[in-house]
Amino acid sequence: MLPPLAASTRAAALLFCSLLLAACTDGPWNNPNPPAPAGLVTYQSMISPAPPKHLDPAISYASDESLILMQIYEPPMGYHFLKRPYELIPLGAEDFPEITFLNARGEAIDPDQEEVAFSRYRLTVKADARYQPHPAFAVDDSGAPRYLFSDPQQGRSFRQISDFPHSGSRAVHANDYVYAIKRLADPFNGSPMLGFMAQYIVGMEEFSARLQDVEREGWLNLDQYPMEGLAVVDERRFDITIKGRYPQFSYWLAMHFFSPIPPEVDRFFHNPGFIDRNLTLDWWPVGSGPFMMVKNDPNSEIVLERNPNFRADYYPSEGAPGDAEAGLLDDAGKRLPLVDRAVFRLEKEVLSLWTKFLQGYYDRSGETHGNTNRVFDQAFVVGPDGVELSADMAGRDIGVEPDVKPGIYYYGFNMRDPVVGGYSEEKRKLRQALQIAFDTEEYLNIFYKGNGIAAHMPIPPGIPGFVEGEAGINPYVYDWVDGEARRKSIEHAQQLLVEAGYPNGRDARTGEPLKIFIDVQSQAISNTSMNWIDRAFARIGVQVEYRPADWNRTREKLLTGNTQIYSHGWLADYPDPENFLFLLFGPESPLICKCDGANNSNYESAEYDELFRRMRVMPPGAEREAIVAEMVDLLRKDAVWLYAFYPKDIYLNNSWVYNNKRHGISKNTLKYVRIDEALREQKRAEWNQPVIWPLYAAALLVIALLLPGIIAYRRRLRATARH
Amino acid sequence: MFAYIVRRLLYAIPILIGVNLLTFTLFFVVNSPDDMAVSQLGDKYVTPEAIENWKQKNGYDKPLFLNPDAAGLTRLTDTIFFDKSVRLFAFDFGRSESGRDITSDVATRMWPSLAVALPTFIVGIGVNICVALMVVMFHGTRLDRGAVFLFVALMSISYLFYIIGGQFLVAKTWRLVPISGFHAEGQVWKFLILPVLVGVVAGIGAGARWYRTLFLEEANQDYVRTARAKGCSELTILFRHILPNALIPILTGVVVLIPSLFMGSLLIESFFGIPGLGSYMLDAINSQDFAIVRSMVFIGSILYILGLILTDISYTWADPRVRLS
Repeated sequence: MLPPLAASTRAAALLFCSLLLAACTDGPWNNPNPPAPAGLVTYQSMISPAPPKHLDPAISYASDESLILMQIYEPPMGYHFLKRPYELIPLGAEDFPEITFLNARGEAIDPDQEEVAFSRYRLTVKADARYQPHPAFAVDDSGAPRYLFSDPQQGRSFRQISDFPHSGSRAVHANDYVYAIKRLADPFNGSPMLGFMAQYIVGMEEFSARLQDVEREGWLNLDQYPMEGLAVVDERRFDITIKGRYPQFSYWLAMHFFSPIPPEVDRFFHNPGFIDRNLTLDWWPVGSGPFMMVKNDPNSEIVLERNPNFRADYYPSEGAPGDAEAGLLDDAGKRLPLVDRAVFRLEKEVLSLWTKFLQGYYDRSGETHGNTNRVFDQAFVVGPDGVELSADMAGRDIGVEPDVKPGIYYYGFNMRDPVVGGYSEEKRKLRQALQIAFDTEEYLNIFYKGNGIAAHMPIPPGIPGFVEGEAGINPYVYDWVDGEARRKSIEHAQQLLVEAGYPNGRDARTGEPLKIFIDVQSQAISNTSMNWIDRAFARIGVQVEYRPADWNRTREKLLTGNTQIYSHGWLADYPDPENFLFLLFGPESPLICKCDGANNSNYESAEYDELFRRMRVMPPGAEREAIVAEMVDLLRKDAVWLYAFYPKDIYLNNSWVYNNKRHGISKNTLKYVRIDEALREQKRAEWNQPVIWPLYAAALLVIALLLPGIIAYRRRLRATARH
Repeated sequence: MFAYIVRRLLYAIPILIGVNLLTFTLFFVVNSPDDMAVSQLGDKYVTPEAIENWKQKNGYDKPLFLNPDAAGLTRLTDTIFFDKSVRLFAFDFGRSESGRDITSDVATRMWPSLAVALPTFIVGIGVNICVALMVVMFHGTRLDRGAVFLFVALMSISYLFYIIGGQFLVAKTWRLVPISGFHAEGQVWKFLILPVLVGVVAGIGAGARWYRTLFLEEANQDYVRTARAKGCSELTILFRHILPNALIPILTGVVVLIPSLFMGSLLIESFFGIPGLGSYMLDAINSQDFAIVRSMVFIGSILYILGLILTDISYTWADPRVRLS
């Protein structure tokens, strides 16, 4: 039998040897990445905190999923990488859509002369657009699909796309776009866009209802079912007809929902037995974009590689002012993409994510995090001169690229609440007093490390309708003093409270203290944050009570209007003021539409709603901007939200990563990223020299622990009996 | 023994039904099928039709336990509970709410779980037993008292502290191993060193103290005194006499865990990026994926029951006087 001391010594020795063995491997000991294929420039990034749930462009509707999808698919439209405000450009389409306005009889009309019943969008597919190589396109010598099975047993050896020995490709056809829109309408796919798009695309609702009743076994060829609002003109042109006018439809065409799906790919993934091995379009996207998926392991990583059939696409030669000076035009005219491969590793915990970034094993941080504040806590500190980089970051030449997110986070009042809701002058003053008491700027500095901008209107920077400077301030909460917006004084807030019938924070009629209730999501607010809010309102004598709940319960409260003050947020789908102002459009109130409406404040203003209806269908221009300004004024006067801010998005880039301009709307920016691999290797080796002495110290510690025992044991063995 | 095992397996059926019922009830107290639909469909533009459509597609459009519109037995069988639970008994776990095949995921993920849990388990038991025997050897001395103090101190420290402390020191400050990750191809061992080390160190306090108590009970028995009087060395007494006689309580605590090793560890896997079943469960809870939660609880229950049966069988091996009947 092995003596126990020898066993533990062996274990320690084994561990020691294991660590020494690591020294024999290539590169630093702590390198978590497997060796990349030689000769391929690889971009190393992460997905966090959870893997994508859906990668089917008809189903997916999450920004971390878009990050993968938009590198693989090409919808008809896209956004210019560098220009700001955000500029729509053709992507999969040859040009902008040709829009024809139609009357109720379907005849082309002049929109200024006659009421528009329909709008027809004609799109032309790029001539050189081709799909990535994929087994779905593989054909045998007779031209028949190579992988078309009638029995699950036939394809049982294929577990991943790389298991298929043959692949093929073809040009993108107009019908592929039409087919993709039909997939949105197919109730079997459960697309989140179905309900919304059916309001616009002609015949979508009927098409969906018809498919609901169709008996299906295996693949259903949607080409056999026409949809009234869709038409294939020829191999490269197709029409989408929508109801009335909806200028924002062009923006929707830039979302992955409208990416082309070849029918044969849909058929391929419906092969019997494929779904049991997770061979589905939801896990193996097939597109015509710059990259293609070669590995999808939701447990650890997603790997993309350059699509060898990607069309001729080049780095832009013009951008926004300052881009040239920032080196963002250095790659102008180069063929895209600029890297060969991209690896997105799953990272669940902030410490390991952050450490790997600082060790140089991730090229960029900040790409996929939903909770910017949490992740960048470790990147920034609040110093005497404001927010600055933490010690970890200093000296590493890490680039910080902040950008204001086209979104807004806010605490809203429920306008139907008997205490804080209502439209009387007293109620407005009460809400305005609360708005003044909540010092948004201080709150953002403390709890968001300054990574947010106090909002004066629902429309964030970069979106038409946003106004900067004195003209853009909320005059009910701020004054313009010495060239900057300054929050009105607490005395002013107290005076407003008096006028609202709450002198010193007490109800003038009953003498009861005013207590407000804030519904918060349990995980979204900290105790320190709540303490700060308590103190902010205590300055005007108002008490606060929090009603924490999980998201499901919070949502339930919003749907039933059972809330007084609630927290919410909105990220833009497209850069248009309509996508923000609809958050307060009366019919969007959950209590009115009896749905999951966006107007959780239940704000109702006939004037606002009328202006919204007019603005929604107007083309961009001065007249529209004037209406937007009028709507914003109404919201400020009615003080619908307690406070709001525009969150900042930040890229932290290691020095070897180039072309880092953050795009708030579009995610298909990976093709512009360039990596200096030599510099990366040099920095990694420099930053990751192992510290050996703890190994020796550990060995000494083990010996120090064992030695007294061994000595005592030997002494005991040699000792004579004492009793 | 065969009859005993069959009987124990039959007893497992009502236990599994009960566990299922409890899981189902607890899950749907917190989440409604509508919540699940919204969680899967996203927060934007979700229409009531989309929610209904999702529920219908995923089989959540029926009543939970009792269908008042149905007649006869179908009042019980035409329900979500019946639909979702009965298939588990045929080991048909179906698909997760996001559409992935659960059986396939479980089969893939149990190996990384095992890769961490098995060495942690074996090394942990070995170290704990050796440390406990060593302490027993010096029972009543300062070394013994110091060791007990150390054990209590180690037990009092949160598991999270070991994980984060280990990551901070070993991986971040000393850069000896990767801070997290797991790659089946290549050098798997370098991803396992830290989680195994943390698992073993975190378990020493409780484990060694428990084994010490077991061994002390045996150390005071007459046969030990006799062995010592016969002139046996201390090592022989500890390993040849005390350890085999203390095996029954050791087996009670240890064998039951063996099948559960496949299930992994929620914390270790999550913090070290191990793509095992522990993190699978945690992700499912976070994303309100009832299909996965239900399946994992079911598998966990089966493995636990299996562990209990194995424990009983192991008694007969450790002590020939024990007979299963």
